[in-house]
Amino acid sequence: MSSGEHLLSLSSDSPSPRSPHLDFSNLSSSLEYSSVVFEDNPQANLLVKARELSGDAHLDLSGEHSASPSKSQDLHSTRFRSWDFPMALPPPERKKGLVSWGSDSNLQHSCEYSPMSTSSPPRGSSRTNSVVDQVEIPRVFRKSMQFDDGPSREGNYRSIHINDPAMTNDKYRFRGNEIRTSKYTLINFLPKNLFIQFHRVAYLYFLGIAALNQLPPLAVFGRTASLFPLLFVLLVTAIKDGYEDWRRHRSDLYENNRKGLVLQSGKFLNKKWKDIRAGEVVKVCVDDSIPCDMVLLQTSDPSGIAYIQTMNLDGESNLKTRYARNETISMDFEEGEISGVIRCEQPNRNIYEFMANMELDGQRCSLSQSNIILRGCQLKNTEYAIGVAVYAGQETKAMMNSAASPSKRSRLETYMNRETIWLSIFLIIMCGVVAVGMALWLRRHESQLDRLPYYKKSYSVTGMRPAKLYKYYGIPMETLFSFLSCVIVFQIMIPISLYITMELVRLGQSFFMVNDKHMYYKPTDTWFQCRSLNINEDLGQIRYVFSDKTGTLTENKMEFKRASVYGKNYGTFLAASSTSQDKDIAGPSTASSSGKKRWKLKSDITVDSELMDMLHKDIEQDDRIAAHKFFLALAACNTVIPVHASSTCIESVNDDVIAIDYQGESPDEIALVTAASAYGYTLFERTSGHIVIDVNGEKLRLDVLGMHEFDSVRKRMSVVIKLPNGEVKVLVKGADTSVFNILNEDLGKDDYLKQITESHLNAYSAEGLRTLVVAAKDLAGGELDTWQRMYEAASTSLTDRSSKLRQTASFCECSLNLLGATGIEDKLQEGVPETIESLREAGVKVWVLTGDKQDTAISIGLSCKLLTSNMQRIVVNGNSENECLKLLSDAMVKYDVKSTNGRIENLQLSENAETDNHEIPDETKLNDLPYSKVRNDEGSQSTTKAPLALIIDGNSLVYILEKDLESELFDLATACRVVLCCRVAPLQKAGIVDLIKCRTEDLTLAIGDGANDVSMIQMADVGVGICGQEGRQAVMASDFAMGQFRFLKRLLLVHGHWNYQRLAYLVLYNFYRNAVFVLMLFWFMLFTAFSTTNAITDWSSVFYSLIYTSVPTIIVGILDKDLSHKTLFQVPKLYAAGHRNESYNLQLFWITMIDTLWQSLVLFFVPYFTFKVSTIDLYSIGSLWTIAVVILVNLHLAMDIKRWVLLTHCSIWGSILVTYICLVILDSIPVFPNFGTIYHLATWPAYWLCILLIIVLALLPRFIFKAVGQTFRPSDIQIAREAEILRKRRGYVWSKPTEGSADVRN
Amino acid sequence: MNSDGPSSTSGVGGSADLATPRRNSKRPKYSKFTQQELPACKPILTPGWVISSFLLVGIVFIPIGLASLLASRNVVELVDRYETACIPDGFKKDKVKFIQSDSNKTCNRNLRVKKDMKPPIYVYYQLDNFYQNHRRYVKSRSDQQLKSKNKENETDDCKPEATINGKAILPCGLIAWSLFNDTYSFSRSSQKLQVNKKDISWKSDRDHKFGKDVFPKNFQNRTVKGGATLNASIPLNKQEDLIVWMRTAALPTFRKLYGKIEVELKKGDVIQVTLENNYNTYSFNGKKKLVLSTTKWIGGKNDFIGIAYLTVGGLCFLLALSFGIIYFVKPRRLGDPTYLSWNRNPGGGSNN
Repeated sequence: MSSGEHLLSLSSDSPSPRSPHLDFSNLSSSLEYSSVVFEDNPQANLLVKARELSGDAHLDLSGEHSASPSKSQDLHSTRFRSWDFPMALPPPERKKGLVSWGSDSNLQHSCEYSPMSTSSPPRGSSRTNSVVDQVEIPRVFRKSMQFDDGPSREGNYRSIHINDPAMTNDKYRFRGNEIRTSKYTLINFLPKNLFIQFHRVAYLYFLGIAALNQLPPLAVFGRTASLFPLLFVLLVTAIKDGYEDWRRHRSDLYENNRKGLVLQSGKFLNKKWKDIRAGEVVKVCVDDSIPCDMVLLQTSDPSGIAYIQTMNLDGESNLKTRYARNETISMDFEEGEISGVIRCEQPNRNIYEFMANMELDGQRCSLSQSNIILRGCQLKNTEYAIGVAVYAGQETKAMMNSAASPSKRSRLETYMNRETIWLSIFLIIMCGVVAVGMALWLRRHESQLDRLPYYKKSYSVTGMRPAKLYKYYGIPMETLFSFLSCVIVFQIMIPISLYITMELVRLGQSFFMVNDKHMYYKPTDTWFQCRSLNINEDLGQIRYVFSDKTGTLTENKMEFKRASVYGKNYGTFLAASSTSQDKDIAGPSTASSSGKKRWKLKSDITVDSELMDMLHKDIEQDDRIAAHKFFLALAACNTVIPVHASSTCIESVNDDVIAIDYQGESPDEIALVTAASAYGYTLFERTSGHIVIDVNGEKLRLDVLGMHEFDSVRKRMSVVIKLPNGEVKVLVKGADTSVFNILNEDLGKDDYLKQITESHLNAYSAEGLRTLVVAAKDLAGGELDTWQRMYEAASTSLTDRSSKLRQTASFCECSLNLLGATGIEDKLQEGVPETIESLREAGVKVWVLTGDKQDTAISIGLSCKLLTSNMQRIVVNGNSENECLKLLSDAMVKYDVKSTNGRIENLQLSENAETDNHEIPDETKLNDLPYSKVRNDEGSQSTTKAPLALIIDGNSLVYILEKDLESELFDLATACRVVLCCRVAPLQKAGIVDLIKCRTEDLTLAIGDGANDVSMIQMADVGVGICGQEGRQAVMASDFAMGQFRFLKRLLLVHGHWNYQRLAYLVLYNFYRNAVFVLMLFWFMLFTAFSTTNAITDWSSVFYSLIYTSVPTIIVGILDKDLSHKTLFQVPKLYAAGHRNESYNLQLFWITMIDTLWQSLVLFFVPYFTFKVSTIDLYSIGSLWTIAVVILVNLHLAMDIKRWVLLTHCSIWGSILVTYICLVILDSIPVFPNFGTIYHLATWPAYWLCILLIIVLALLPRFIFKAVGQTFRPSDIQIAREAEILRKRRGYVWSKPTEGSADVRN
Repeated sequence: MNSDGPSSTSGVGGSADLATPRRNSKRPKYSKFTQQELPACKPILTPGWVISSFLLVGIVFIPIGLASLLASRNVVELVDRYETACIPDGFKKDKVKFIQSDSNKTCNRNLRVKKDMKPPIYVYYQLDNFYQNHRRYVKSRSDQQLKSKNKENETDDCKPEATINGKAILPCGLIAWSLFNDTYSFSRSSQKLQVNKKDISWKSDRDHKFGKDVFPKNFQNRTVKGGATLNASIPLNKQEDLIVWMRTAALPTFRKLYGKIEVELKKGDVIQVTLENNYNTYSFNGKKKLVLSTTKWIGGKNDFIGIAYLTVGGLCFLLALSFGIIYFVKPRRLGDPTYLSWNRNPGGGSNN
């Protein structure tokens, strides 16, 4: 369905200019495939759409929206919008591929069920144009492709002649199998690397400054000194790039020279990988990597099955099955001549799709994703596999997918850039002042210029009239030059080095996050991962958490709990005791229960003895038969592969017991198969053609005539099997809504059955179980023939296969007989309720977005304490626009929610948004108080202020998100304490995130574990992936990844808080540090007749931000810690400091700047007045300033350090020492004019007194300000800090502030 | 632009062997460092700390201030501004013309000693409004040339005073060119006071910066002279006036050491100064002053440090006092949770 893809590209396309930074992303993972691309055939969606929503609503909307130009200022959100909403409901006639995601009520993608099985044809091959060389391509939104898929697709395929590489490559010139991931060669390294490096603005700035400095009239600095910073940075980056590229070269070389078996003149002979060409027949042995993308022809398995591990490709560790076509499995490659033509689509990057057909001896058969094995995978459990290479080298899907995830930019950095603009304005003003001063001075002294001994504009050569001028270009030019040279001198006002510093600090921070033992999850051996190094500090300001449910809040370890078979409910007693969570009432476990059992399952399951008994009764009753069919369906209707442990590992124990391990893509399916096995229906073998099920010791072979895999439009899957006795059955399982619609409606008995099953289902979902409905029917006669014809045609079709298959499916999936329903439990992860509680206390709103049913969602919400019984629940469950509007406005009136009219607010600047921000925590604040307190306050207030919970379903969201009800939803949702969205499609998840993101300034975090969360993870400001059961796509798309939901608390409250505090301070301090230096130089310039004389030596100017003051900043940025993690953990409310932008805001910036101004004045004027009329020379005073500013700046930092460790001491005092040493060294080189200065200075008492006075006087206001502030307006953090330290010192116990405070107040 | 680099390294090529062991090996190692629990000192600003640091500053600063002020007050300084007084009456209208003429520029001044002056008494000349720190000026020198004999042609930075008739000027550049050339001689009751002009420059400059085998060449050979001429037979490291002058001043008003008088001057003594008023400051309205001054450890006469120290010290005492009162009148128990933002204003909290 139309899930990931559009959004993926959207979010990445968002205007996020790269910040200049060194890249360390290889830290996180060496395997970075970009996020998964899901796509779907839009036409199919439209068909469904058109069928369902025939009527009034669509026409007007489509017209209005698709015309909407994307001209809004907010590029990002507009883009999003213009993609999601505009073509929402095109009239059915418009059959071009239009996207419609939110529009379809039926499109909910319950990926928990089977996330990977979305198979449908790609949107034409045009999308593949020359992707190979463009690294960034996945990020580019290929807008046009959405529309032009129709015409070009038929002709655009490639023909592969099996075992005839010459012919294959002759015409089309496909690429060889050589890969090149390296960017440079020895020759082009220097130019190319420099070219790439200079894409960064910072470097251009450096370059510009350095270039300016090379102009003779502007040479302020010595030429070498001015080039030094640029060269330094370039060199470091070049070395880093070079090293990385060398590593890539090495791995390329290794890859290219690996050997593979290739059919050459009738024999499989070794050949280097790089020489493999498309069309060649390749043999891969067990555990070997696959050298290129190839179509399976034959495997060691007689039925043509091969198992592959795709971990390198998508990170999933379970085995996947691939099939060779029946037509080819009997070929003899080493003897006979094989010939055939495969027509396949052009190379593309979608690893979940492949569309081709194969012509063998005039016969056509279809090839799909299940027939291809991809480069990067490994062959497992299969002795050998033979295939024909179709895509090689750079054209393989693995190579096309190798790109990095998008880089996000943190909120702090955005603010920082705003302040950088201010700094640029300061810079321009200062340069302007100097330039204007220069102009005025020149004008005043114009007549004297030649006589001024210190100016002397012309050569004093007699006889030349007019005299030849020396470096004098007239007043206007001199003014301009003066301006430019000022820019050179003041260049560090724009703290370019800050970007590099921030990178380093973030790197250090992520080191600590990764190494935090509290975020290490032992059972799965997952450590915390920082995949993005740009947004560490955003973690400290998160306001909204959007969480997936399955696998995120829950463990995604499915357990079969309840069954409703033929109207009878089983497993109740288990449910009754389910609160005690344990299996203490466990029934006999599988292995022992029935003596005949010979399989041992890896997981135990409790069985309902009543159901078990019934199954073993040998009577011909309706319910017995239904139960039989029920379990047959459970065992057969899935895509799970039984793996016999004996074949994989030791054939030990005893021969009676064969361990079976089920491998499958969906945990639900595995749970069902395991359950069926527990009841005696063991799935024993699965090939493409048949299934073997062991029914109580008796092997039953079922021929599979066809399988309609799960897709999220139908939300069900079915399998057509032929029993040994010749009966043909359709077995269906799927979501209740989708199956109930296609049940046989004639029989009265079934109607009763349906009702009772429905009531069971409701009961299950109330318990928080995931439900599925199982149904079956017999297929016979003409119906069977028709189906077979349709199926054949559809599955060999090269175009539109998925829609044709869907039609075929709907043909046979009708008038089914209901068999029963299942309830699967998905246990809550450890610590989820506590985490949610803490997050809420911290002022973070947790929204849960799930694909589950409403009742399931609510019950999970209750069990994880998201919902509490005293909440007022607002349920929005509308079926039309008006209904939704009515529900929303009713709720708003009833609960007195103010309409803020989000749309307008959206455009306004931060002011409004900030006031809005504050309303939210206040409400939560109030709500967080113990209830007794609320009631004590005012009786009337407590009723209106009862916490609200909004429960909304995907259906309503379709109408709301599409139809301008967004602002209403936004108002209502933000007023609610909890928002629960159920039945949402992946793109709707992203839509909801976007709803918040574009209407508030608040930061959003999305957390999820499955492919269905990818869109949301990429849309949110911070994406967190859970390494769970559902593969690693979420992790691949995320910025941070971890093992469990509960780590989120630590991530946000502790690390987020620290990171934010540290970086915020770091930024302010860096602004200050550079500005104070520049201002000091500026004051001096006013006393040099506005000439840009720099009293500080060139090298000291360069070293100032590079050596003298850089290390402490970084160390403090990494190590400083305002509060211990215990306190932060205990008092989540401290997190709100980040919400209030407490550590970095415009006010603080201005305060810092005023402080800077004062300090620079002290720095300049204390020496000025001390040595006003004296013999002091330029370099002595420069040396004094250098040392004074370094000590001052470091002490300023020292004053703000909250936690002194040895390293901090070393860096601060070390920096001052290093500065002295540098000065001594620089003053010991006789060719410098400053030679000997420091030796003389050190003997002057006035020099030392001057430094002392400067430091005390400069820091005095800051100290007073701090002392007063901490006395009268202590911040929360300050108080907590005091409490923490005093408690430690005196053993004084600080009770939890909430409780203590309530007592004090009342 | 860069982030694509490391990400898509070897894994793409497709060897699972690389990826699998990594998975298991990267388990975090626990240490106090990685858990950020190193023993640390966590200072907080308690009232005690605040008050005592103010007191400390006060206690340190006031004595220093007093001592410096005392020292500065004990410095005896005689200043005589002479640039206008030394122009004959006829030339008062056009001083520049006078200074450029060849007429006799000798000028006699009398200085009365107000207080006893203990030797050494430093003789300075003070120039006002002379931007020795102008960028054009500061850069116009060649340190290589001054240091070593064989680098006399390194005059690139010296323009416009680099060469004359194609030959390098030594010492080149504007600084040397504009060397101060007023001379002073002193006598007390017609008895000559010796001015010691030795060791008036930095020793380091004499030893390492100005070569002992480098002699002036082609210096001041133009018709328009910028300032003093140098004796071509004396090596540069002996030309102390030049060495002093070449240490360019930091500020537009500066003093430079001329020499030392090593006899004591009594209160009431009248000193006759015979000076040669050669240096042209008239073209830019610069002042010229002759300064005789004793020194103390603090340097010359400058009350600023003393006053500043006293002020800051006093202020800190005052601050200590006021903080003491504040803490006494309106104490806040440290770590008192009542002050937490969510406790202070349970209802509104609008002022967050």
